[in-house]
Amino acid sequence: MVQPETEVVETDVLILGGGMAGCGAAFEAAYWARAKGLKVTIVEKAAIERSGAVAMGLSAINLYLGMRWNQNTPEDFVHYVRQDLMGMSREDLVYDIARHVDSSVHMFEEWGLPIFKNPDGTYKREGRWQIMIHGESYKPIVAEAAKTAVGDGNVYERIFVARLLLDDKDPGRIAGAVGFSVRENKIYVFKARAVIVTAGGATGVFRPHSHGEGLGRIWYAPWNTGSAYSLMIQAGATMTQMEHRLVVARFKDGYGPVGMWFLLFKAVLENAKGENIEQKWASLLKEWEPYGSGKPIPTPLRNHQMMADFRAGGAPFFLRTDTALQRMYQEAANDPKKIREIEADAWEDFLDMTMSQALIWASDNIDPAKTPSEIVLTEPYLMGSHASGTGAWVSGPEDAAPTEYFWGYNRMTTVKGLFAAGDGVGGSAHKFSSGSHVEGRLAGKAAVAYIMDNGAAPSVAQDQVEAIRAELWKPFENYEKGRTASTTDEINPTYLFPKMALHRLQKIMDEYAAGQGSQYITTEAMLQKGLERMKLFKEDLGKLAARDLHDLLRCWEVWDRTWCAEAHMRHLLFRQETRWPGYYYRADYPTLDDKNWKVFVNSRYDAAKGEWALEKTPFLSTIP
Amino acid sequence: MPTYVDPNKCDGCRGLQRTACMYICPNDLMKYDPDLGKAFSKEHGMAFNQEPDLCWECFSCVKACPTGAITMRGYADVVPLGGSLVPMRGTDAIMWTAKYRNGQLKRFKFPIRTTSWGSIDPFKEFPTPSAAALKKQELYGEPKSLMVDQVPTPTQH
Repeated sequence: MVQPETEVVETDVLILGGGMAGCGAAFEAAYWARAKGLKVTIVEKAAIERSGAVAMGLSAINLYLGMRWNQNTPEDFVHYVRQDLMGMSREDLVYDIARHVDSSVHMFEEWGLPIFKNPDGTYKREGRWQIMIHGESYKPIVAEAAKTAVGDGNVYERIFVARLLLDDKDPGRIAGAVGFSVRENKIYVFKARAVIVTAGGATGVFRPHSHGEGLGRIWYAPWNTGSAYSLMIQAGATMTQMEHRLVVARFKDGYGPVGMWFLLFKAVLENAKGENIEQKWASLLKEWEPYGSGKPIPTPLRNHQMMADFRAGGAPFFLRTDTALQRMYQEAANDPKKIREIEADAWEDFLDMTMSQALIWASDNIDPAKTPSEIVLTEPYLMGSHASGTGAWVSGPEDAAPTEYFWGYNRMTTVKGLFAAGDGVGGSAHKFSSGSHVEGRLAGKAAVAYIMDNGAAPSVAQDQVEAIRAELWKPFENYEKGRTASTTDEINPTYLFPKMALHRLQKIMDEYAAGQGSQYITTEAMLQKGLERMKLFKEDLGKLAARDLHDLLRCWEVWDRTWCAEAHMRHLLFRQETRWPGYYYRADYPTLDDKNWKVFVNSRYDAAKGEWALEKTPFLSTIP
Repeated sequence: MPTYVDPNKCDGCRGLQRTACMYICPNDLMKYDPDLGKAFSKEHGMAFNQEPDLCWECFSCVKACPTGAITMRGYADVVPLGGSLVPMRGTDAIMWTAKYRNGQLKRFKFPIRTTSWGSIDPFKEFPTPSAAALKKQELYGEPKSLMVDQVPTPTQH
């Protein structure tokens, strides 16, 4: 492979990732930067128009308070998140998102996003926090605002950022990032005074239900490869709740959304015997007080009930779309026009955001008004934006964070000048698409404030850049050197292609780190064995091989997933309790232990020593 | 259901630097091959899905293809054959046609945007913030964009 050319881009605010959080960050940073004469640059590995977890669209915005109609207060939202997360949240961050989120949603509507309305003009809700949208073009609309705000010349697409750069005079300070083009033989060195990481949560860390052609049909986006976590871990940022994860009940095989069915259509989840799972296993919740008797039932505890019923022989599970729709048709007095509207709403829920589930209905000959649909639990995902809180440990806002959680700039990590948002920020679940956008905006504004206070441009040592450049291109070298050892590319004793590395990672995680194939159960002994296998696996990742830039992209994505996997296992090992039954079980510590473990588990990786340090960090409740 | 490309319809987006599908795919799956047309007696290149088992079925390429050459075929290891789902995306609405394995058809049309594409003027209402505003909690346009009097602050305790 020819050595790549290098382009150096100097900027002030550098945003890594163009999903909802990245678009929010770009938009807001551009506004404040313009007044100060600063430059804002956004980098994305795909095209921002259709990138990130919302690329495909959404049928609902899951977080809108409706403060203008006195529907909810930020405090109400903190109470809800506290209950769903079994008590553990950064309440300052959750509060901060809640108080600002309506402004992003109002802008989305102004920009052209169609939102369902009630006759009185309020937004149509499917639940207390969720509003319904015609969201096929949700991402292209939000992307248009972000790209227009920063200006065409400052948008870099099809560039995969693989490393953050640290200041060579102050290794606790950010200096930029290095990436490569997936379209031409080129390395990009971005030098920046502040960096905002919004590069997405991690899927594909665990083995999914389908392993063949359907490997990519998982619930969360397969291009969310955990870059946000990997970049920040390697740069020495403190991470929190990396033991946390998301497992959700979804329509089988397509992983279509269930929110509208449960919340708006009031559909019931039944087992194969026709028993209501929530009612049948109500007594189980008493083992998880005080959260077990709180309402609504926390996401992990609802999973926990399904898992109990599975072991009791209740599977398969069915969402009774049939009885729900028939009841709604009756309520509409079987008016054909109203029936047609209800049917369209039911289908649009899939067609806006999980089209494959609609194709599965068609291919399985399922008419949802006549036949119930199967529900399963997904494999685990690492993410900070849904009912889960993995991510960076960041400063809260000055007026809402306790002093222990505030170090100068909202959403700044423990690395100076390095900010995070969206899936990248830990401890603040339930931000979803709108909350991720607003969190990006919070980080974008704070990054400009940081630059104004901390003027000097960082210093980047050329040898740091050269070392990264050589490392990034190593998979080409491995292939060139090794390929003559075998008559076929696929089987070679000297190298490993990224797809096989991905399968190996997923197998380790599934079998040792509480994957769905292990019934979400793990123990200290399993994790120790898994970490042993991980050590050999990481050594072998040094032998990853690439034939072209697409392979090279996959090589560094599997590295990103591996960093996430290792952090996840180390955190699982450290937390000696089962805090979120239904997400995972430490079979050797099977109960919730508020006395010893109502704390955040924070970790920091020391790249110079190659060592991880984990510690308990006090949980402080800040919202009464 | 990974995408496949109809060789009778794909023209390799002639005249463009890159094909529309290759431009839009969020997972870098669609690839232009200048020699692919030869097997079909075409002089131009064509696109194909280079890694179908990492396709999320997001339909971005299907919607973007200017010749309607891209279709989804259900994942062979998961989905029974015979059903299909075809979008027709315009500037303000999208039409979906679902064909069942048993032949039944369903059609749906939904709005996608209420304003024209390219019409967003990001900071038209609040052109320049004051110097002091950078250190306050208000984001761009707030509190007006919240449609309440002020950005809430937590009750101290």
